[in-house]
Amino acid sequence: MIHPETSAAELRIAPEEIVPFRFNDLLAIEPLHADEITFLLDQAKPFQEIQRHPLKKLATLRGKTVGIAFFEASTRTRISFTTAASRLGADAMQLQAEASSLQKGESLLDTVRTLDAMKPDCIVMRHSSSGAADFVARHLEIPVLNAGDGTHEHPTQALLDALTIRDRLGHLDGWNVTIIGDILHSRVARSNIHLLSRFGCRITLCGPPMWVPQELEHLSACGEPVRRVTRVEEALDGADIVIVLRVQQERLHEPKLPLDEYVMRYQLTPERLTLARPGALVLHPGPMIRGLEIDPAVADGPQSCVLEQVTNGLAVRMALLFLLIGHAGEDVSAAKESI
Amino acid sequence: MRVVEKTQLMSATEIDRTLQRVAHEIVERSGGTAHLALIGVRRRGVPLAQRIALAMRAIDGVDVPVGTLDITLYRDDLSMVAAQPVLQSSEIPFSVDGKDLILVDDVLYTGRTIRAAMNGLFDLGRPRRVRLCVLIDRGHRELPIEAAFIGRTVQTSDMEIIEVRLQEVDQEERVMLVERVP
Repeated sequence: MIHPETSAAELRIAPEEIVPFRFNDLLAIEPLHADEITFLLDQAKPFQEIQRHPLKKLATLRGKTVGIAFFEASTRTRISFTTAASRLGADAMQLQAEASSLQKGESLLDTVRTLDAMKPDCIVMRHSSSGAADFVARHLEIPVLNAGDGTHEHPTQALLDALTIRDRLGHLDGWNVTIIGDILHSRVARSNIHLLSRFGCRITLCGPPMWVPQELEHLSACGEPVRRVTRVEEALDGADIVIVLRVQQERLHEPKLPLDEYVMRYQLTPERLTLARPGALVLHPGPMIRGLEIDPAVADGPQSCVLEQVTNGLAVRMALLFLLIGHAGEDVSAAKESI
Repeated sequence: MRVVEKTQLMSATEIDRTLQRVAHEIVERSGGTAHLALIGVRRRGVPLAQRIALAMRAIDGVDVPVGTLDITLYRDDLSMVAAQPVLQSSEIPFSVDGKDLILVDDVLYTGRTIRAAMNGLFDLGRPRRVRLCVLIDRGHRELPIEAAFIGRTVQTSDMEIIEVRLQEVDQEERVMLVERVP
């Protein structure tokens, strides 16, 4: 148990300046309260400034190790976490699924226990099974950061999207948010729905009907249920924020949908974007396929936030690493008391 | 642990008079205000830096730029305790390259805060010179750091705490000597 006043006295700062929440892991957005989300976004701000410094490397987490265990292909999220760790002065310990013992038949738990035995201070993990991060967190003492689990959640993506929206529009409350694409298989969509509806945003989902199943209507955290719309023109009408998802081509064969038909019906074009509110934001989690889900003119246009999202991803991940492993942890204070 | 107030070290008037004097000293020993910039260390160094800048304006008629620095990410004691300070933004809206910087803080004690602040500053560029200005120097240094401009030097014991209370942060204006009672 931490005693805020004792700790504040040791640091010689006022108790009200001590982090008011305890984050042991970051597994999902769903259980987070609005004030916790706001706090996380506020803590990302100083790290946004650091991206503009001539010297971007800190020594804050010097001597700490971040285990990066990706059991699913990823380049940008992995690079973002690795860079976030390195800019804080921490070392990254990389585990690549292709090169790991998983292919030799080792279980997930044995693999992460082996990694844990090398004493990292936290583990960032991505896995193709929903719930994998949660499962690992239940078996390890160290903090686990979910970098995407199956079709469940991708919490850091939702946080970086929220930071981008807040920077551009000033706040998160009550916007009309339209998400276009394969919602069914998208953990980005789920995390975004949880986060933005928590702030009273009205969510509209749009895509081929088999990708927008009815059960998604109940995901909203505010009174307003999630709306499902088949026609993209209708979905865009009055939108303040448009989130375009990547068409996962590997999934196109499931129910057969020709690519050119997707482009014709759902691609975000400059003409369709005029149906949204003037100045509506366009977000895309990447990797973006120009000419498929998004027209290049929109991707490069003034309403596109795609590159800010990438930069903000670094800031959000630095903030989370700092929050999760930037202090001694409760066990140290317990040990101190017992001496 | 309790804390009890022992004595008042400075009143509002004394704080103001001291800052006026310090502002004069800085201008005098810098040969004017050219290239000068003030960096307030969060939290109470910030209003002090702003007040010194205001006093310098009255002396020289020039607006000396003021920045603010949060040193949390540069602290050396974060891994020692279970709590974590809330990060604040640093706002330094000018280039520090070639500047004659005055770091401003309320109390100089172990010197560790100033060590952290210097690390933060040097991530931003290469100032020509950095000097330190504090309202109170209470001794007990753990690092080879000294202030160039000092409001008042106070002899203290380890059990004592200097509390600088400023209108902008604490809604009152005075400097108190308090003591920890086990």
